[in-house]
Amino acid sequence: MRLFDLSLRFKLPLWGGGLILVTALAVSTSFVVQAWDNLNQDLQQNAEDIGRTMAPSLFPELLHDNVWGAFEIVSLPFSTNPETALHESLIVLDNDRKVYVSSRPQQHPVLSELARLGPEYRALNEVLPLAPDARIFTLSVRGAQRIFVAVPIANDGVRLGTLIVSYNKSLLWQRFQIILMRSIWITLLVLAVLLPITAYWGRRMMLPMRLVTARISRIGSGELEALDPTLYPYRDEVGQLFLAYETVRSKLQEKAEFEKQMVKSERMAAVGRLTASIAHEINNPLGGMLNAISTLKRYGSPDPVMQKTVSLLERGLSQIRETVAALLVEAKVKSRPIDAFDLEDIHILVTPAANKQGTHLSWLVALPNPLGLPSTLVRQVLINLLLNAIAAAGRDGLVAVRVLASESRLVMVVENSGQPLLPEQLTRLFEPFTSFSENGNGLGLWICYQIVTQMGGTISAESNTELTRFTILIPLNPQSDANPTQNLPD
Amino acid sequence: MSKFVKLLFIALWLGVTCMDAQGARESRTIRVAMTPAFLHDQHALLAEWRDYLEFRLNRPVEFVQRDHYRDTMDLLQQQKVEFAWICDYPYVVLKKDVRILAVALNEGKPTYRSYLIVPTRDTRTRSISDLKDRVFAYADPYSNTGYLSPRFEIKRSGGDPATFFRRTFFTWSHRKAIDAVAVGLAQGASVDSFVWDALNKVRPDITSKTRIAWKSDEYGFPPLVAQNHVPDADFLLFQNVLMSMKNDAHGRLLLARLNLTGFIAGSPQLYDSVVEMMRLFGER
Repeated sequence: MRLFDLSLRFKLPLWGGGLILVTALAVSTSFVVQAWDNLNQDLQQNAEDIGRTMAPSLFPELLHDNVWGAFEIVSLPFSTNPETALHESLIVLDNDRKVYVSSRPQQHPVLSELARLGPEYRALNEVLPLAPDARIFTLSVRGAQRIFVAVPIANDGVRLGTLIVSYNKSLLWQRFQIILMRSIWITLLVLAVLLPITAYWGRRMMLPMRLVTARISRIGSGELEALDPTLYPYRDEVGQLFLAYETVRSKLQEKAEFEKQMVKSERMAAVGRLTASIAHEINNPLGGMLNAISTLKRYGSPDPVMQKTVSLLERGLSQIRETVAALLVEAKVKSRPIDAFDLEDIHILVTPAANKQGTHLSWLVALPNPLGLPSTLVRQVLINLLLNAIAAAGRDGLVAVRVLASESRLVMVVENSGQPLLPEQLTRLFEPFTSFSENGNGLGLWICYQIVTQMGGTISAESNTELTRFTILIPLNPQSDANPTQNLPD
Repeated sequence: MSKFVKLLFIALWLGVTCMDAQGARESRTIRVAMTPAFLHDQHALLAEWRDYLEFRLNRPVEFVQRDHYRDTMDLLQQQKVEFAWICDYPYVVLKKDVRILAVALNEGKPTYRSYLIVPTRDTRTRSISDLKDRVFAYADPYSNTGYLSPRFEIKRSGGDPATFFRRTFFTWSHRKAIDAVAVGLAQGASVDSFVWDALNKVRPDITSKTRIAWKSDEYGFPPLVAQNHVPDADFLLFQNVLMSMKNDAHGRLLLARLNLTGFIAGSPQLYDSVVEMMRLFGER
């Protein structure tokens, strides 16, 4: 796996951490470089300051040849805390470049020559300016251990000697090391604080992204898992991604639902067309056959066996005609508009059946005006559904009917508290000859479906453990050719 | 006999004065000049001793400190102080103007010596003649042990004190001369034995860097002197207070801290050897 293929969960903290590291290093480095510069300048400045302050007070001591007085002056900076003094030593030279006095008398004995104090002092001896009006002279040789600052001890154009402030570079380095260590510790501390924060932040940023990614990659397989919006309540890009995913998900779900409905209604339409053409094909010869039998009965031989056989044929063919008639639902019958009395009739008609079974019937009808719907068909649908519901509710069951009319449509709801319908039953509920009870030919719901759809309405069923509900919606101003495929041939 | 009567009279007078002291306090300040003859830097000890003297004398006492012996001598000559604790050499110089008030006892004797000290790492030096062409620290040009005595020794060994050393300088106090040798600024110094011994007790870290290479003969200990114009009464009172310090607890404590054992009246004969040395240098 390549580095750039790593999960953002790692990449984000790694990048963040890397940037923090680089920034911290850059800042620390510049600080350290600055500190080194400052330290260097400070030391030099300090040396010059010391020289400038001391040289005037050394003048009278040299003038009066007071060695001890000069010693007390040059050793003053070291008397309190020799370790913290920036400079290594203070040497007073006379005009012959001999040590007049030094803060370190053992290393720089009185009257010893400057050139004999060591190679670095010899180098200083060679370049040291001794003019009465010479300025402060600094000698810092690369590779040398010491840095020298020479301050003339002069007054009114008379030079009595030179004050040499020398400091050791190792001291500089020592001090620098303290600063360096401190800055390293601070950098580590900052990193110790920032890196975990970055890691945590990266993880936190990436968690919702990962969830969305995982779900999107599963869309193809048909699983549509919902995302908990409380997981990421902010309205930034990630939050928008959450919302977009939710939108896509609900659209896909709608589409799937819609496709299911489409398949179902197409199947129902195909079944309807098939049924109608078969019934039609049967009906045509059937009429002729029944006419023939009628003729045969009236004018045929009075032989009792034949009469019996003809009667048998007639009954059989009649049953076929009834069945075919039931299959050929004709919604275009002329009928008077339905009104409240029709519904009252239905109530009266089904009450005995309910009473017989001990089913409780709840009846709620609000139909103030007659509606522009054929009463025969609506009555047939409602009676069918009610009788089914009473049968399903069983003893001590409950059946509820609600009929309401709005401006645009009629709503009829029939509920029962009987056994719930299974999912596979629900899918094939409205197909012909689908019987779920022992009695009945399995055409009742088929007829209801045909009638309702031909009137441009919908019938739907839902079922759960508590109750099974059929809902019918019929538009009050149906468009004549709303669903032409449903129109059955004569 | 008359001497005895005189002493008796003084004793009586002192008794009366002391009793009188309980009542009224004299307001005239007794001014005592101090020189770096002994541990000059122990300000707390000096303040305590002054308080003690004030209480005993029942008079305000002021210590006047000067860094150079010559300054103290000037104070005496100009009558700016009544008393002074000076070195034996200045005493001999000022002999006409002052009289000895008391002489301190150093380890029971009114004497001290000159120590020739060298840095500890110098293990060879046995006498001052070994230090030819070295850097030498003198204490004060009016110091016996710190100036007169070493120069006398050089001269006695046939040298010329003016050219004997490569370089000399004054530190203006014995204590600082010890410092100069201890830090290595000087390769030798001649110091007051009393100062070195006292410093050895309180700051052995400094004295351990020096080694005593040679000890001189005994000289009279630096005396406390009174200016000639001091009234007898003041003189005797002060002398008595000093000499009776060893008789009370507080006085003994102070003496111990001053590294002294007491005070005696002293006499000019104590300083005859100094007079001898001065004569050799033609200063008298």
